[in-house]
Amino acid sequence: MCTFINLGTSLPNINQLFNALPGNIAQGLIWGLLALGVFITFRLLDFPDMTVDGSFTTGAAVTVIAILNDVPVPLALVIAAVFGIFAGFITGVLHTKFGIPAILSGILTQIALWSINLMIMGSANVAISVDNYSLIISARNLHSAIITGLIFCAVIIAILYWYFGTEQGSAIRATGSNPTMSSASSININLMKIIALCISNALVALAGGLIAQYQGYVAINMGQGAIVIGLAAVIIGEVIGNAILGKKMNFIARLIFIVLGAIIYYAVICIVLWLKMPADSLKLFTAITVAIFLAVPYIKGNRTASFKAAGKRSKLIQEEQKNA
Amino acid sequence: MLKLINIKKTFNPGTINEKRALNGVNLTLNDGDFVTVIGGNGAGKSTILNAIAGAWPIDDGSILIDDKDVTGIPVYKRAKYIGRVFQDPMSGTAATMQIDENLALAARRGKHRTLRWGISSKEKKEYKNMLKELDLGLEDRMTSKVGLLSGGQRQALTLLMASLQRPKLLLLDEHTAALDPKTAAKVLSLTDKIIEEHHLTALMVTHNMKDAIAHGNRLIMMDKGQIVLDISGKEKEKLTVEDLLEKFEEVSGVEFTSDKALLA
Repeated sequence: MCTFINLGTSLPNINQLFNALPGNIAQGLIWGLLALGVFITFRLLDFPDMTVDGSFTTGAAVTVIAILNDVPVPLALVIAAVFGIFAGFITGVLHTKFGIPAILSGILTQIALWSINLMIMGSANVAISVDNYSLIISARNLHSAIITGLIFCAVIIAILYWYFGTEQGSAIRATGSNPTMSSASSININLMKIIALCISNALVALAGGLIAQYQGYVAINMGQGAIVIGLAAVIIGEVIGNAILGKKMNFIARLIFIVLGAIIYYAVICIVLWLKMPADSLKLFTAITVAIFLAVPYIKGNRTASFKAAGKRSKLIQEEQKNA
Repeated sequence: MLKLINIKKTFNPGTINEKRALNGVNLTLNDGDFVTVIGGNGAGKSTILNAIAGAWPIDDGSILIDDKDVTGIPVYKRAKYIGRVFQDPMSGTAATMQIDENLALAARRGKHRTLRWGISSKEKKEYKNMLKELDLGLEDRMTSKVGLLSGGQRQALTLLMASLQRPKLLLLDEHTAALDPKTAAKVLSLTDKIIEEHHLTALMVTHNMKDAIAHGNRLIMMDKGQIVLDISGKEKEKLTVEDLLEKFEEVSGVEFTSDKALLA
């Protein structure tokens, strides 16, 4: 999060805002990976996956503890992703094999992960310093943090674009779109759900591992509300993408706009903090932002097709007939 | 081809909603049989199709396709042998995916889904020609989302999808019931054409007695979870709606309950 030194009651200083921007871009890029994970479950699979709040911290915890134990950073991130896969797998099995509703399956895994994360970390906060370990991304060097973030996003977007175009990836998309038709086309829909949850949570855990390095610590509650930020990025990205590209919005553009959505989200957060909104109100602000962006397409649709408008039109017709 | 031996299914057993849906169904289909299935509401017509497709496991009996016992195989594995078209036009296609993507999914029915690209350019050309034959103008909208199509277009597309990988058995569950009469007739004639062209074995549930008589080489009537009438060949050709209504009252002891069938 961007921080501003409060210089008394004077007006906000625009320079402070510009100084904070690179940090927001770097953070937005990392959260963009999480948002891509949320996109897979929320949009492609039509499965609101609450595991995210837990698996994000798991990824961070595993990465930090592994690096502290002298595991090379890339390997630490791979291990984090494997833990993410495992978390997604549990949620998927709870849902498909034990018939637990989607949202509840995710919540159960998320709660369980809280304890597991504490076990991994050993305490509620664990610091890791870029001075002592060769972290690949850090807030201390924003320039390289942005480049690293960009590389990660580009590679992941390319992989996702490829995967969801393959026979298997198409089968996952079909499962999210129409399970009945998918089964009738000999697609194992339970397996597809589990695979998608695994991929999604692997990305979320990877994002957690990068954020922990970026901020230099892992905290047990850092995943709180991660799902909402992910959703915010997905929705902001889609709304803006649709506004700019319209019908030309294809799959790869969607993925790119989701990462852009995450960056925009952080830029907006930064601006409201700069406008001296208390940091305590951030989660409230996030919830309101997401609610607004979710409501916009609905209200827009209602403007053209609402009972109120239809009633008014009818009233005019009735009055005209009376007058005639 | 298809052999059903004493199939039984009870829904919600032991509860107040207990319903004996299938009560010992026996049926043998020969290769190339096109069977129309009629019966009142709740007679078990759709249930028998779902049992064959494997929507849920049956309580008792055996289902054999080409002498292979498929009774213990779940729906997605059984789909290898079976093409389906549903009553609800929304059910048979993935609305948020493109027309060509839907066809490509159907073309891989019964095959292992690999990490190869989901649709090849050779396929796209083939699909374009197939869609042209449907004569619904879909060949120019290959990349449109299926959700934008009308009910009739979607049923026609679903029929095409069901027959892409030649199925051993085609199951049509009142697939024209949700369409207007003109579109229904068009989809039905397409059904006839596809079944004949690919020499398919098919079961078609319908509420419309005229359709049941006009299509296929064999007709079965169901009542209370059993097959109560099985007519084929010359005998079927001579059938009239009046005959059927009479037979229905004869076997069930009540008047035919479906208004749709009478009004048709």
